[in-house]
Amino acid sequence: MTATMDKSLERLRERAAAEGLLDVAYATADSPFGTLLLARTPQGLVRLGLPSEDVEATLADLASRISPRLLEAPAQLDEERRELEDYFEGRRQEFDLAIDWQLSHGFLLRARRGIAAIPYGETRTYTDLARQAGNERAVRAAGSACSRNPIPLVVPCHRVVRSDGTPGLYAGGVEMKKRLLAMESQDE
Amino acid sequence: MAELPPFQTLIDEHATEVMAVLRGAVGRDGAEDAFQETFLAALRAYPSLRDADNLRGWLVTIAHRKAIDHHRARGRAPVPVSAVREEAVFDPDPADGEVWRSVAMLPPKQRAAVTLRFASDLPHEEIAAALGCSPEAARRSLHEGLKRLRKELA
Repeated sequence: MTATMDKSLERLRERAAAEGLLDVAYATADSPFGTLLLARTPQGLVRLGLPSEDVEATLADLASRISPRLLEAPAQLDEERRELEDYFEGRRQEFDLAIDWQLSHGFLLRARRGIAAIPYGETRTYTDLARQAGNERAVRAAGSACSRNPIPLVVPCHRVVRSDGTPGLYAGGVEMKKRLLAMESQDE
Repeated sequence: MAELPPFQTLIDEHATEVMAVLRGAVGRDGAEDAFQETFLAALRAYPSLRDADNLRGWLVTIAHRKAIDHHRARGRAPVPVSAVREEAVFDPDPADGEVWRSVAMLPPKQRAAVTLRFASDLPHEEIAAALGCSPEAARRSLHEGLKRLRKELA
């Protein structure tokens, strides 16, 4: 694409956002684990795609579940990208980002809000999570709250581990979960 | 109901062509505004679009409508005589085909008549309405424009 076209598209993204026509803005961000996909609505961060996830499929899914008015608009995600970079660099332990929970409902929503409250450097078990979300026996559902978490990292499902102390599964791969937990436990 | 792809796909695949069509239809100076209007109108209407089979055609149709709006607005505005013979701008955008480049170099009325006739497939009466002139004058602009194009592309 030419420089003139880049400018036209930049103007288009700004005007679309100003006129309320940008329902979902997305951008990519580098991480030590590979490229992340970030998507937000005017309400907040709605989806974070891990390197293991297919970008095209994720975008198509957002288009059908939220709105097809979905544009690549990195400027809309400056704050999200900055905070994630700080997190990976070890400069940030807590995210100060608005979250749009619209992809989570019922028990899964309660469980994920619980995950969001687990502090940096600590872990909880799937059983803890199920109990806290209101159904101690729903350990498998607590597992799906993690494995199908639409906003991993920011909603830190990597901090939920098995009762025997082993890490358990992770959508981004067990290796990534181990490295995240190691990174967080090293601190001070 | 058709699954609509992310709007970004439409931009990735068709923005260059839409810009080329608009440069042909309204000239380089007007094309940027018409481009914005085209894609904003498309974004506005997109979620209620029922048929995702011909998104390119849908976008180009909106672009033609915006080109007509542009000419109507100019037709109503008092245009200084010198502006009618303004120098056409040569635009070396490699994405534009040779034909579009030649079309873009036609004088404004001829350029508009040629684009509205062949890209938008408008009849002479509607071209005349869009340009704010008589059907005979529209026919004449089209004829002169085509004559010049033939000479240049020969």
